Amino acid sequence: MAEMTATPTPSLLSVDYRTVNYVTGPLVFVNNVHKVAYNEMVSIVLPDKSVRSGQVLEISGDIAVIQVFEGTAGIDADRTTVQFLEEVARVDVAPELLGRILNGVGKPIDGGAPIIPERRLDITGSPINPYSREQPADFIETGISAIDGLNTLVRGQKLPIFSGSGLPANELAAQIIRQARVKTGEEFAIVFAAMGITNREAAYFKQQFEDTGALERVVFFLNLADDPTVERLLTPKVALTVAEYLAFEKDLQVLVVLSDMTNYCEALREVSTAREEVPGRRGYPGYMYTDLSTIYERAGRIKGRKGSVTQLPILSMPDDDITHPIPDLTGYITEGQIVLSRQLHRRGVFPPIDTLPCLSRLMNLGIGEGKTREDHRAVANQLYAAYAQGRDLRRLVAIVGEEALSDTDRRYLRFADDFESRIVGQGDESRTIEQTLAISWELMAGLPMSELKRVREFIPKYHPTAGDAAKDKGDL
Amino acid sequence: MIAGSIQKITGPVVVAEGMTGAKMYDVVRVGAYGLMGEVIRLESDRATIQVYEDTSGLMVGDVVESTEGPLMVELGPGLLSSIYDGVQRPLPEIAKTGDFIARGTVVSALDREKLWKFTPSVEPGTTVVPGDILGTIPEGQTIIHKVMVPPKVSGKVVTVLPVGEYNIDTAVATLEDGTKIGMTQRWPVRQGRPYAKKLDPTTPFITGMRILDTFFPIALGGNAIIPGGFGTGKTVTQQSLAKWADVDIIVYVGCGERGNEMTEVLTEFPQLDDPKTGAPLMDRTVLVANTSNMPVAAREASIYVGATLAEFYRDMGYNVAMMADSTSRWGEALREISGRLEEMPGEEGYPAYLATRLAAFYERSGRVQALGSETDRLGSVTMVGAVSPAGGDMSEPMTQNSLRVTGAFWALDTSLAHRRHFPAISWTKSYTLYMGQVRGWFESNVASDWLAFRDRAMFLLQKETELQEIVQLVGPDALPESEKIILEVARMLREDFLQQFAFDAVDAYCPPKKGYWLLKTIMAFHDAAIGALNRGVSLRQILQLPLSDEIAQLKTTPHEEALAKMPKLCGRIAEDIAGIEVL
Repeated sequence: MAEMTATPTPSLLSVDYRTVNYVTGPLVFVNNVHKVAYNEMVSIVLPDKSVRSGQVLEISGDIAVIQVFEGTAGIDADRTTVQFLEEVARVDVAPELLGRILNGVGKPIDGGAPIIPERRLDITGSPINPYSREQPADFIETGISAIDGLNTLVRGQKLPIFSGSGLPANELAAQIIRQARVKTGEEFAIVFAAMGITNREAAYFKQQFEDTGALERVVFFLNLADDPTVERLLTPKVALTVAEYLAFEKDLQVLVVLSDMTNYCEALREVSTAREEVPGRRGYPGYMYTDLSTIYERAGRIKGRKGSVTQLPILSMPDDDITHPIPDLTGYITEGQIVLSRQLHRRGVFPPIDTLPCLSRLMNLGIGEGKTREDHRAVANQLYAAYAQGRDLRRLVAIVGEEALSDTDRRYLRFADDFESRIVGQGDESRTIEQTLAISWELMAGLPMSELKRVREFIPKYHPTAGDAAKDKGDL
Repeated sequence: MIAGSIQKITGPVVVAEGMTGAKMYDVVRVGAYGLMGEVIRLESDRATIQVYEDTSGLMVGDVVESTEGPLMVELGPGLLSSIYDGVQRPLPEIAKTGDFIARGTVVSALDREKLWKFTPSVEPGTTVVPGDILGTIPEGQTIIHKVMVPPKVSGKVVTVLPVGEYNIDTAVATLEDGTKIGMTQRWPVRQGRPYAKKLDPTTPFITGMRILDTFFPIALGGNAIIPGGFGTGKTVTQQSLAKWADVDIIVYVGCGERGNEMTEVLTEFPQLDDPKTGAPLMDRTVLVANTSNMPVAAREASIYVGATLAEFYRDMGYNVAMMADSTSRWGEALREISGRLEEMPGEEGYPAYLATRLAAFYERSGRVQALGSETDRLGSVTMVGAVSPAGGDMSEPMTQNSLRVTGAFWALDTSLAHRRHFPAISWTKSYTLYMGQVRGWFESNVASDWLAFRDRAMFLLQKETELQEIVQLVGPDALPESEKIILEVARMLREDFLQQFAFDAVDAYCPPKKGYWLLKTIMAFHDAAIGALNRGVSLRQILQLPLSDEIAQLKTTPHEEALAKMPKLCGRIAEDIAGIEVL
């Protein structure tokens, strides 16, 4: 934080205000201010000479409302001085950020050398002109069948993971970071923004990055659970500013992981409540959709530039409720979602991805002939239809027993079980898209041929027992 | 000039003092950047302003200047194939200043240099009234743009431009009183454009989607809402409508939605051809794109901008469809601004005037006789608004208030979407109020028994829902064969009729006639099967015939071929099933 407050040097004419009038929650009200700009950064010196930073949230006449990032404990109305820094929140960027661990506002905390900034960028960013966007089109192989096969991630997409407390979203994210690559073989630069995660979780990610040698291509922003809550409001914006810089100025393919967005939204609610704003659903502010969109929309590709920003936000659904405002508003902004299931997790399936409510809106842009394989779409459709059918039958079996089912129905039941254990539950393995499709065909072969309506035209080429694939084996 | 100074800043809302003389909804320029804003509240000399751009860096004391006029759009040739932001600034022009949208940009909505080929249609000496056509301009390959006398202007024409190529700033005619009529008009977006009279909508709005055209049709000039949770296919449905709907002009408003989706429209539409004319779809489309991360106040304005553009082409005598995706984002913008104004909140924090605003908006749709001395110039604006109910819960205020003022409800169903049944429009929850008005058209243009088949199919689907409840409890084997056949036929209706592949070259658009014959073929199967069951034939025997496969392939068979095939297939179905011997 000191960096943000130290540079640029405030002009000689800048005034120290000792007019703190009212302090509530994370907010400080300062009287008699002049020439203060909306969203301007502020430095606050406490009676004990410690320095905090904040941002102007509202100005009304000569009163400025300041949100303090490190909390208001110790601020008094008498001796505390407030200085307005005449600039909006900025972050230092440089290519050397890769491999570094920074705090929630972009200051190194790994004990390494200070970063020599190449640029200082406004963290709010501006919206990308929709006309300048390039349509995402490149398949990202995550090595995870439930994603690659059924909900394909595409470069420039924002695809959140909807998790619940105790579900292994972090492990899944770590696996994706480890394995993700585009077909051309380029590696991703990772920007990892941790918001309000515990020390243990942070250590897990650090360990993962070190073990796999990924650390040198990771920019790690760390706002821990015991770090100031309000600082969290800046972390994703700082991280995305760095990501945009690496992608659009340094031509890198950037994968941004934001964990956990639920903590971010809690911080947003905390500030909103302190400002006594009219609450929307469940006390979250009415502008949460707009606020979240300014984070999630900072993903994509731009015409004429090589790099891209792909986002993988992680959020915990409170009480596994997908209709809770946080997952709900997120789902309306992002291009699909990966949903984790407690039931699958309890059965020991990893990753416990519940494929039915999952979706990747950009899937069709990244798959098919020349990108993955010509039968990809059809296979995904068939798997979905068959798995949905199998799941329906499970409910029926619970009531009428398996004996009452026809042979076809029993095969569907078995298919649903196999689907969960073999396609979804792949464990730590990394699979190529060809392997994923091969396993899919093996499972589909367990269904009667007449049921394979959606893949009919590909049966001759790919069906393991009825197609060419089988004949080839026969020849051997 | 009215100029005041900023007294308070909170997010997109700014309060300025010294604004005596400013009127409600006047457009103002705020601060050194000249940010665009609109007056939304007045209190003696204090004006509350919603700013259409990011307000970071504004200071108390910064100057606020009023333009002394409401938010207007410029209407004229060149609108088609344009892409605008929420306040009619062309995004390609803004893109020239950088890939990210900078603040305070002022660009002209229409190309001022481009020359248009003008052909006059009045002679000097003619007396014209508002709405009369002074001349025509080919706009794109298919649409003839009509230069009209603006509302409130009339008189005797003294001079009129001869045939030739002119830019839009050329005056096309001069009236006796010296009034010059230009090629363009300006119109305040929050005010509906005038028309001679509203007509009863009786022609259906053909969408090419079987479930809509057959089960829940709306009329040209009607309106419908598509509510659905995320991932149920609102946007895909809206885009399908934009591509295939049988109208002349499309106004597509992306209101607070995803940037990549707008890019998809921008990439795809210029490559797609209009099925009727063969010209690129973009030639008849205007896009208004205000993505979710663009300023919230401009999002509020964007649907009015869209509606005004739609009305302008309606006045020329065209059938226009306006898609608003999504109206919930507009409602949320309203809520956000209302919250900043510290207004007393209504239900779920939405302002109490939400219903009034929605009603005023949807009432801008309709089929009208346009202004002017010709009485046969009829045009329509059909509105389809997507609604994104929070948590997929349709009892929320946006859905419920929209339902009260719109004529059709096309409900998207999450469970259908999860099993990849697309379009995921629920046949049990959706409804239309236009059936009485449009059935006549179907009966004379498709088939006289069209409604009967539609009703029978609906009945079977309804019956299936009831039977499924029993099956859930006791299993399918407990049902008699006469009911099992209903399940089988309902499955065919769902899979071979209602499901439609938006990405399939043939199936993406289904003409009403083909839809009718598909239904008729499935019903032929149903009737023949019932007959056979009554003779004592078992259901298994019937299902062993390869007929259901043949029916399943019909929807992806090219239309002409399928239409030629189906009457014969109906006959064969009857014969084949009648030919089964009782075991």
